[in-house]
Amino acid sequence: MPELMPEPMPEHMPEHMPEPDEPVLEVRDLAKLYPLTQGVVFKRRIGAVRAVDTVSFALRRGETLGIVGESGCGKSTVAKLLVSLERPTAGTIHYRGEDITRLSGRALRAVRRNIQMVFQDPYTSLNPRMTVGDIIGEPFEIHPEAAPKGNRRRAVRDLLDVVGLNPEHINRYPHQFSGGQRQRIGIARGLALRPEIIVADEPVSALDVSVQAQVVNLMETLQDEFDLSYVFIAHDLSVVRHISDRVAVMYLGRFAETGTGREIYDHPTHPYTQALLSAVPDPDPEPRARPTRILLTGDVPSPANPPSGCRFRTRCWKAQERCATEVPVLAVPTGLAGPAAHASACHFAEERAEVRA
Amino acid sequence: MPEPFDPRYDMTEAIAPAGGRGGGGGGGGGVGGGPMDLPASGPQPLKGGPRRGPWRLALPWRGEPGRRSGGPAAPTGRGLWTDAWHDLRRNPVFVASALIIVFLVLIAIWPQLIASGNPYHGDLARAQDGPAPGHPFGYDLQGRDVYTRTVYGARASITVGICATLGAALLGSVLGGLAGYFGGWWDTLLSRIADVFFGIPILLGGLVFLSVVTSGSVWPVVGFIVLLGWPQISRIARGSVVTVKEHDYVQAARVLGASSGRTLLRHIAPNAVAPVIVVATIALGTYISLEATLSFLGVGLKPPTVSWGIDISSAATQIRNAPHMLLWPAGALSITVLAFIMLGDAVRDALDPKLR
Repeated sequence: MPELMPEPMPEHMPEHMPEPDEPVLEVRDLAKLYPLTQGVVFKRRIGAVRAVDTVSFALRRGETLGIVGESGCGKSTVAKLLVSLERPTAGTIHYRGEDITRLSGRALRAVRRNIQMVFQDPYTSLNPRMTVGDIIGEPFEIHPEAAPKGNRRRAVRDLLDVVGLNPEHINRYPHQFSGGQRQRIGIARGLALRPEIIVADEPVSALDVSVQAQVVNLMETLQDEFDLSYVFIAHDLSVVRHISDRVAVMYLGRFAETGTGREIYDHPTHPYTQALLSAVPDPDPEPRARPTRILLTGDVPSPANPPSGCRFRTRCWKAQERCATEVPVLAVPTGLAGPAAHASACHFAEERAEVRA
Repeated sequence: MPEPFDPRYDMTEAIAPAGGRGGGGGGGGGVGGGPMDLPASGPQPLKGGPRRGPWRLALPWRGEPGRRSGGPAAPTGRGLWTDAWHDLRRNPVFVASALIIVFLVLIAIWPQLIASGNPYHGDLARAQDGPAPGHPFGYDLQGRDVYTRTVYGARASITVGICATLGAALLGSVLGGLAGYFGGWWDTLLSRIADVFFGIPILLGGLVFLSVVTSGSVWPVVGFIVLLGWPQISRIARGSVVTVKEHDYVQAARVLGASSGRTLLRHIAPNAVAPVIVVATIALGTYISLEATLSFLGVGLKPPTVSWGIDISSAATQIRNAPHMLLWPAGALSITVLAFIMLGDAVRDALDPKLR
């Protein structure tokens, strides 16, 4: 939906190039299986849903990694794993060199200070029976070392100010705010502990289109101010492109393709990315340069029983025998040059000249 | 008009009446010079601009003094319970029901405050007589003063009602709430136990239980009612907690590192308590009448004790000759139940900020 991001918005340019060394977050071969069980008292395991399967990425300081994909592809599970709401079945998440997947108790609490989350639906992510002051102040109560006791009220007011809300509204309840304002409250809560990383799980998809841009811009400003790294999850391709330094396209629990915004959006090499981009509606009523739309057949296969080899092969027009037997590695394909040379998990990765979003 | 997508302008902010930004907008107030000049709801220059400096200094944990110390006096911290109490004091329904309950509790403790007679003293010559001077409610079958007996009966009935309700509500909501929150085998076990108690017929159970436990006091009756009453509350609490714990704000608390206790007390309990309050206040009336039923069957309170239940059951057979014998204790019972239901209703409403 390119119409969401109109002209006045400058293309995002990271003002400070993140240092290429030392990622703040490094994820290796992350996997999450949800067991499928039968029976109430005596549970029998009859299988497992592979929600996330061998996902690896690194997030550098001040960087935004956008994750896009259809519903049910595992985006939100990745978010939950990153903030330790769920324990991964396999793989590691290294925060500043420390594996956080095995932490518990005090050590986990300390890490949580640095990895915070912004939720999708601002209507359910704020406790309706707490005032805004209590909601944003709760992080300080859980982590008393984050702000001295006498200063908390003022810290909350400053946070309200930082996210563009009136600090006088500190005693109001969430239902007295609009959706965009509620999401700002959610962001202020995530910001309270001064985290280094914010995982935003579809932070704007529940919002009115007119408010989405404001919230995205707020997040960008806060990123610069507080030197935040974002993992920005969305199904809206244009929003992700706008905010992300790097984009990962996810399909059925795996990354299909990763690269910079330009590499992914202008030079996609994975068939799934190409199909996804070709489905973006074009606001231009003149059909002159309309690229051919790739229509995928069939549904997303069940993650409880994913296809062998390449996960996308059941819907891919390029699929061959090799795709069923050999799992494609997420790596830069040989034989591609220029912006097309970025990591793509396809045996037959190549650009399609006519695909442009 | 400002650009509709001007990132500096949060249109939604214009909705909320702002009580003056205390100069907090800094250079930002009315920036962009939109003809829509709304200084009170000052648009926030979120990108770049002169605000960048102050922001960096704004947060106190960076070791800088808060810059809005000169602003208007900060409103004192308020929370759900303060706000609810504030609301309740102005609610006539709450005030009326609270006054009735306070009065009932007072006469339950000191019945001689308003009744000087002796509830056991009977004058058979006046059996079933109507109101007479000094005896406004008339006489019962044994010529005892109905007014005095109604006043003295409050103690047993109120004790049974309040204690049984509190016991059942506490036990039920703690067990049910924990089952709903933690789930798993504890939930399964508890639900099955609750089912077993549901299966016990109240009267049959009462006859067996209370004929085994013989005592002149109200406590066996209270204990029996709690024993049979908690599964109902526990089911309500469990369902309510299961619904509430799915909300994102519970997840958000976990991401912040909140303990289970904190999550339960601060996030789940206030949002799950409403149905429990409603059911418990209605149950209070049922428990008082259950006490009456058990007394009627001869296994509840024993006659030397004065209670509304005993009086109602003994008056029930005489309703055609002497309706006043039934109406006064029954009326007292109804008013008590009504007062508690209204109180529960008012408290539930006050705990919902959306209704303010």
